[in-house]
Amino acid sequence: MTLVSISGNLLFIAFVCYLVATLFFGGAVKSSTKKVATSEKRWGRIGITITIIGFISNLGYFVTRWIAAGHAPVSNLFEFTTAFGMMIVGSFILIYFLYKTPLLGLFALPIAIIIIGFASMFPTDINPLIPALKSYWLYVHVITAALGESILAMSAVAGLIYLTKNIDLTKRSKQRFWLEAVMLTLVLVLGFVASTTTFKVMDYEASFNYIDKEGKADEITYNVPPIFGMNEYEALTPGTMTPLAETPPIVNAKKLTTVTWSLIFGLVLYGLIRLIIRKPIAALLQPLAKKANSQLMDEIGYRAVLIGFPVFTLGALIFAMIWAQEAWSRFWGWDPKEVWALITWLFYAAFLHLRLSKGWQGEKSAWLAVIGFIIIMFNLIAVNLIIAGLHSYA
Amino acid sequence: MNKIMCACGHENPEGTVLCGSCGRPLTEEAENQKLVDMRYEGSARRSQTFNKSIVDKVWNFFSSVKVGVSLIVIILVAAAIGTILPQVFYVPATGETEIAAYYERVYGTFGKLYYQLGLSDLYGSWWFQTLIGMLGISLIVASLDRVIPLYKSLKKQRTRRHESFMKRQRVFGIGENTLGEETFAKSEEQLKGLGYNVKHEDGAVLGEKARFSRWGPYINHLGLIIFLFGVMLRALPGFYVDETMWIREGETRAIPETPGYYLKSNEFILETYDKEQADEVFNDAIERVGTIASNYQTDVVLYKKPEDALPGQTDKLEEVKKDSIQVNEPLKFEGFAVYQMDFRLDELRSMQFNLSNKATGESLGDLSVDLVEPEMSYDLGNGNKVELLGYYPDFTGFENGEPQTQSPIPNNPAFLVKMTTPETPKGETSFVAIKQTVEPFGDNKYKLEFQNVETRDVSGLTIRKDKTLWILALGGLIFMIGVAQGSYWNHRRIWIHETKDGQIAVAAHTNKNWLSVKKDLDQVTLVANLPPYIDQHDLEALEEKKDGEKSS
Repeated sequence: MTLVSISGNLLFIAFVCYLVATLFFGGAVKSSTKKVATSEKRWGRIGITITIIGFISNLGYFVTRWIAAGHAPVSNLFEFTTAFGMMIVGSFILIYFLYKTPLLGLFALPIAIIIIGFASMFPTDINPLIPALKSYWLYVHVITAALGESILAMSAVAGLIYLTKNIDLTKRSKQRFWLEAVMLTLVLVLGFVASTTTFKVMDYEASFNYIDKEGKADEITYNVPPIFGMNEYEALTPGTMTPLAETPPIVNAKKLTTVTWSLIFGLVLYGLIRLIIRKPIAALLQPLAKKANSQLMDEIGYRAVLIGFPVFTLGALIFAMIWAQEAWSRFWGWDPKEVWALITWLFYAAFLHLRLSKGWQGEKSAWLAVIGFIIIMFNLIAVNLIIAGLHSYA
Repeated sequence: MNKIMCACGHENPEGTVLCGSCGRPLTEEAENQKLVDMRYEGSARRSQTFNKSIVDKVWNFFSSVKVGVSLIVIILVAAAIGTILPQVFYVPATGETEIAAYYERVYGTFGKLYYQLGLSDLYGSWWFQTLIGMLGISLIVASLDRVIPLYKSLKKQRTRRHESFMKRQRVFGIGENTLGEETFAKSEEQLKGLGYNVKHEDGAVLGEKARFSRWGPYINHLGLIIFLFGVMLRALPGFYVDETMWIREGETRAIPETPGYYLKSNEFILETYDKEQADEVFNDAIERVGTIASNYQTDVVLYKKPEDALPGQTDKLEEVKKDSIQVNEPLKFEGFAVYQMDFRLDELRSMQFNLSNKATGESLGDLSVDLVEPEMSYDLGNGNKVELLGYYPDFTGFENGEPQTQSPIPNNPAFLVKMTTPETPKGETSFVAIKQTVEPFGDNKYKLEFQNVETRDVSGLTIRKDKTLWILALGGLIFMIGVAQGSYWNHRRIWIHETKDGQIAVAAHTNKNWLSVKKDLDQVTLVANLPPYIDQHDLEALEEKKDGEKSS
């Protein structure tokens, strides 16, 4: 067995551990009435033990891949996103030992699972480093930034629990709508994983010639059936689906097609879930969330931002600026990824000020934490895939 | 200024909400509150006290957190809008008309609108910079408005606080004194064990921990102000140099904006990962992506012109050092840094020609023309000579019989030459390009034939000097210290005192992380048998407790 395949197996073990641990945390929460506190403790202890085993295996993946590649596995979208998922679990373990709340695991682990699943949809080959990435600042900057983001993500987890518990789901309201929208978004990510996996298993491939936005001819290969065709496309693979529509040159029809398939799969999946459980997903989770102490969830949400904000600043702004000065000759260049890191930072700065001075606690604070996580994910996914920039290799 | 005299005898400045010494509420509003507002210790802030003159109004505007947060949010939204389309400096076009055309051509009507609204240069716009400036002012004013009164108030605080202050704390408990005097001794010992600074006087104990964390926000604001100041300094001449230079292999050029430094490029190196040599684990990636670059490098020699050299004299350059400039490894000297930023491969360097007799094919000699600084005349011996009448480095064709060149870069060099031999003493004229020969004045006896080209690579380098970097670094460092101080420590206080009727009252306050201060208080409670406390904010816990009491 090569180091690379060992690495892959360790990641798989970690993934399975997180799934199993989620079930145990579920058990811990279900049994947490005052009378059976010992049962909660026992289930919780098993849950956290499995989580830690998974985390160690996950670290094993990271280290073995590092050794195999000769550089830290944070240099492409798969590697970075996987590392981010791993750090979310790490941050959860940290918070768990501070506050001993199994409920947090029940929400945090599925999010980590979805993120790692999402990551593995991208090419998993080990890339050699391009000149711009050949610097030890790659490790320092990327790992610190991801760590900061993962701790900040914990505040969103606590916020989500707070909202699931406290929003009245029996009445139609804006809050109920948006909470369910958050749940739907998570299902849509699963839709992306499901559609990509389905067509990967089918080994689907369709190539086209097209004219890009600069007017040059190019070739592109789809791995999903082409719903949208590129500008002035010309099919090269016989026997594949004919695109239903052609997009203007600035729109990447391949990406649009991938998004559309994710939406289709995601919405079908969501529809099925709703058919089976006969109520909103949030309502399914609410009885579990009800066991949370709102004050504690609020405190965890705030504490996570307090712990994560300085780490994020250091990694995503300060180390980033030092590296940018070395590599690109300027510490700041308004590259989209940089700008979105600044936006994230400004957002959490606003969060802290609102909380401190305007007394935005409880529900408002919980919403802000969730929005903060959405901004982080936007910077991770959309800025890489949609907005072109210097960071688009990551 | 009107002073407010508290019942305890402490004199407070106008605008104080809670007496700085004993904590008694001094305003009617504070007296009516169930819990006191402990932000800034209820001290007198300028912005909350005066609102008459213009200065007051401006001060109050900028000291408001609402204004600060609004500025943050506006900047955040603006910054996001700037990422919808690439900014002008990332667009492959120069000049206003060309840039405007680019946005319209590539992004359509939306692109045109984006450009016309100035969003394509959003971060450099006056309004965006004004917003940043306002945020800077807000940082200064808001910090001063709070830190000074807060500092005074925390310095003046008394160990024994007034009961009205105690019972309005979020964590509060009152009950019987079961241990008598020992309560205080035991509390004191336990608090000291937990790392608290303890004062015991007047029948009261105050344990205080990590007061310095209260200064964190102001220190991090100071760091940000220093950072913004550094950024502003860059606009002044002499603080900041940003130049680019193209240098060809073999060339020696003056480095722009430097005091007498010259750079010679020995070689430009472009390396890629190839499947045979690169590590096996990279094979899949190389196969999928194709060529992946591994190194961009310019090998250079840095020279300095001697002090006594005449301007323009370059023959006596002194070598300073040899270096290889790579991405991530700039050449550094005297505060300057030279970066590998760009390259052009295989620019034509020289062209070789052969002069021959058309009829016999006899060769009369070869010549090589440097394409950057061509010599005008080439003597081939035996009375054979070639003269350049015209040089067109980037030949595009003829216009009205005149050869045209579109740039001074030798992309497609062409020459108008005069060939003189003993047989043709008046000379014959010919136009030669790489695969083209035109004889404008009829048939020639001799021909100048293109043989070969020599090429070389060109390195694109960026030269930077940034004297503000240390200021920015200092600002960043101070920010990090401040933000860590404010986030990772929290100011905790625990008050324990005996009331007039002999009961024990406890109260605790922290600026954040209530769980920890409660844990601390739990430990003290256990040892000193203090009365149980309640968290007057945790409504759920209060309700549970009520339920528990009812059922029991």
